[in-house]
Amino acid sequence: MTNFQSLEFFVPELILVIMILAALITDLFLKKSKTDLIGWVLGIGLVIVGLSVLNLSSVPATTLFSDAIVIDPFSSFMKIVIIISTLLVIAASWANKELENYRKGEYFTIMGIMVLGLFLMTSSVDIIMLYVSIEVVSIMSFILAAYLKLDTRSNEAGLKYVIYGAFSSGVMLFGLSIVYGLTGSTSYFDIQESIFSMDSSANPALIMALLMIFAGFGYKISSVPFHFWTPDVYEGSPTTITAYLSVAPKAAGFAMIIRFFHQIFSDSIALTGTAIGSTDLPWPEIIGVLAVVTMTMGNLVAIQQNSIKRMLAYSSIAHAGYMMLALPVLSMEAIESIMIYLFVYVFMNLGAFFIVITVKNKTGGETFDDYQGLGWKMPVVGSLMTLFMLSLTGLPPTAGFVGKLYIFKTLVGAGSDFLWLVVAGGINSVISLYYYFHVVKVMFLGGERSDTISYPPSLMFGLMVFTAIPSLLLGLYWNPLASWVKDSLVFYTQVM
Amino acid sequence: MENILSLLIWIPILGAIVVAFLPRDNENLVRYTSAAVTGLQFIVAIVLWRKFDPSNGSMQFMERYEWIPSLNISYILGVDGLSLPMVLLTAMLFFIGVFVSWNIKKAVKGYFALYLLLNAGVVGVFLSLDFFLFYIFWEVMLLPMYFLIGMWGGPQREYAAIKFFLYTLFGSVLMLIGILGLYFTCGKTFDILLIMERAPEALDGVLWWGMSAAKVIWVLVFIGFAIKVPVFPFHTWLPLAHVEAPTAISVLLAGILLKLGVYGIIRVNYGIMPDQVYWFAGGLAFLGLVNVLWGGLCALAQTDLKKLVAYSSINHMGYSLLGMAAVVAAGEMNGGDIKAAQAGLSGAVFQMFNHGTISAMLFILVGVVYERAHHRDIDGFGGLASQMPIYTGITALAFFAGLGLPGFSGFVSEAMCFIGAFPVFKTIVILSTIGILLNAAYFLWAFQRVFFGKLNEKYKDMEEINSLELFTVIPLAIITLFFGLYPGPYLDLIKSTMDQIIEKIAFVATYAVM
Repeated sequence: MTNFQSLEFFVPELILVIMILAALITDLFLKKSKTDLIGWVLGIGLVIVGLSVLNLSSVPATTLFSDAIVIDPFSSFMKIVIIISTLLVIAASWANKELENYRKGEYFTIMGIMVLGLFLMTSSVDIIMLYVSIEVVSIMSFILAAYLKLDTRSNEAGLKYVIYGAFSSGVMLFGLSIVYGLTGSTSYFDIQESIFSMDSSANPALIMALLMIFAGFGYKISSVPFHFWTPDVYEGSPTTITAYLSVAPKAAGFAMIIRFFHQIFSDSIALTGTAIGSTDLPWPEIIGVLAVVTMTMGNLVAIQQNSIKRMLAYSSIAHAGYMMLALPVLSMEAIESIMIYLFVYVFMNLGAFFIVITVKNKTGGETFDDYQGLGWKMPVVGSLMTLFMLSLTGLPPTAGFVGKLYIFKTLVGAGSDFLWLVVAGGINSVISLYYYFHVVKVMFLGGERSDTISYPPSLMFGLMVFTAIPSLLLGLYWNPLASWVKDSLVFYTQVM
Repeated sequence: MENILSLLIWIPILGAIVVAFLPRDNENLVRYTSAAVTGLQFIVAIVLWRKFDPSNGSMQFMERYEWIPSLNISYILGVDGLSLPMVLLTAMLFFIGVFVSWNIKKAVKGYFALYLLLNAGVVGVFLSLDFFLFYIFWEVMLLPMYFLIGMWGGPQREYAAIKFFLYTLFGSVLMLIGILGLYFTCGKTFDILLIMERAPEALDGVLWWGMSAAKVIWVLVFIGFAIKVPVFPFHTWLPLAHVEAPTAISVLLAGILLKLGVYGIIRVNYGIMPDQVYWFAGGLAFLGLVNVLWGGLCALAQTDLKKLVAYSSINHMGYSLLGMAAVVAAGEMNGGDIKAAQAGLSGAVFQMFNHGTISAMLFILVGVVYERAHHRDIDGFGGLASQMPIYTGITALAFFAGLGLPGFSGFVSEAMCFIGAFPVFKTIVILSTIGILLNAAYFLWAFQRVFFGKLNEKYKDMEEINSLELFTVIPLAIITLFFGLYPGPYLDLIKSTMDQIIEKIAFVATYAVM
């Protein structure tokens, strides 16, 4: 489709751009104490964007801007996930006391730009577009991570993030250029075509290129061995940004990986098949090993943490590992399971971070000592935290279990080649129980009955309940989610 | 009353919600509400028992509703001769347990809300006939148990609680993989009855890692259940959890939760993969022997009365395993001895009921003395018989029941297990009779040290067992004595179901691979 025709289907992004400009301009006229208003601008804007995404989700899948990005139900699903998490994080940012002494105008504006980048990440089908969208998201994340400019740890987080980000996107760019050199095109569709007609002599170069590209992908979803930035950045950033980084870019990252591998390395027949591609890459093994190492590393290191925020950082690495378990299969069923996992992960992980914010607002700390006896002093917060921990562990009847069930189901159904991944995933969720329930232990088992019970402020309380409801209910009844995901499992593909 | 099974599950769940919203300072209201909820459930269970048709070995009172059609998950409940006695036992022990917990002081509301949730989980496991539902209930038990041990337990409670949780979760994850394996091989369904029908054919010749898938699934699921039983070497969580848990929770843990393991093996392993029973029975009998001897020897070495009772559970579950292994007698290659198979399997199922009542009694009685002396050191008492004659009498009865004296129900079921297993596993049965000796030794020796000899001066003012405590023990004692003298009613209740299971196992013997 030509550029001009494409605009009609690019409405959500256009609204987003207008909203970002509106936020920038409004900010000029506001006093520091009033900058929360920008959050409203962004929030209301995002609701409208969401509606227009839903509105467009029924149009037939097509490519826009001369094969640069696509619009299909899969990208719409991911965009909705991103919008939900952004809205929740905006609301939490109003209550986050860490941000009290800063203007929030740029904060919200940058977040808006990041959403634009995330949208493009979910839908790009051209390696230039892919790279640009990743960079938009990365650069915005650097700024947000370092937003507390008076806090050295936040500065450290931003700087570390920049260095790792620059390095991995450099490696990725190198990989992409090898792919371009091999195939002579930047479009996924052309790349796919020429890879399929290539003889096996090019395989070493292709494997090299893929591994390098995976460095960029792995950095975005914080997969081992590209995860080193995660704990420090997560610990130093404002907690709302930590929460945001742990869900939205991860969702977009998975969307990008799925689209890249699904489009380039599977033919149209293999859509429902189990393995990808006719190239003899040992792809399932490589990703499988990475997934297992990622979750095991995340879980084992999480056990030793003393700060809950840092523990959740490692736990989010582990969760990336669980989702990656389904990548080696990459059938429609596998993609479905990753989508379901991502959706429930948004709620349970954000919920846990909201509690970290509430406790930090109250006590100023985020270590296990600050949670001592919390379940007795703030029973509602303690109970909801227990629910989130249960869900993150993946115990029924919570949503986290449904996510894991789908992932495990995919792997068992894909045949005995993938069974070792299920066993590894299962053992890992047992390990994760130990540190998740360390929080519960500290909150409940250590304390004593307290005579004064306090409740969280109403905004945070509302957010916690809002994330707790899906974390529980989706574990008992997820028909609507399952059918929505099923309907969203439509990719724009070009038949060779 | 057509949804009577749902009623059994939902009464405690609603009860838990109600209790959670009661005012936290009105502790008696919480206690009475919990008693009413469990009492109501007990009445419903008795109604179910009266309406149950023992001549029918299949599932009765079935309920079936669509739940998640995209994964073929349904809400299916049913009860047969295997689960009915367990449901009755559960309802009764949970009712009694409320009174055992009457003196809990700390966070009464939280305690009873979790208690009722645990109740729902246990009943749910016994009644559900859909693997997904089964698994949910199986896991729902863990969280209340973690808190009940971890918050209301003894000095090492935190360690005991997480150890229990980790062990059981490890088992359930393996079980989940097994369940998913069955889901895919048997035509993408979680319906247990449907899987039972399809599995023997569907699993035939399927390979996982070059091994027979049926064997792999059997082992995965078995480990999940074995941790609950607990079967040696997965038993190490049990003494710790039992000792640290508050009395009522130890009662439930020994009385019901351990039975879930045996129930699961019979329902899932035996019911779904009957052909693999022949392959595994030898191992099962051997594990039974190890349980009997190991549990017995460990019990003998204990100085803590509660730990002794805990190890006696391991010892007693060993007999049950032995009885279960005996079903292979029904196979053609073992002489097709249906009578022995019947004796063994019925003995195993009866043993799990009897151990439920006897160990519940033992734990309540240990709790009684602990409440007064604040320790459970066997050597720290002495001569209590002169101070507390009624308590001594009841404890003597419970100990004799525990050591399998004729006239008590434990004797009948243990004898049945041995009789059933003898034709096939002669050596193992002979060796495990040593267990009976150990059994008698540790109970009698402990009894002697606690109750006979000179009265320990410290305890000369020890209060006699009170009427509330008597109220919790007497019904259990009556049941134990009644079934010891006249086991007929129980065996009639389960007979048709047992026959059906044995028939199936005997039938597949014709093509089972050893």
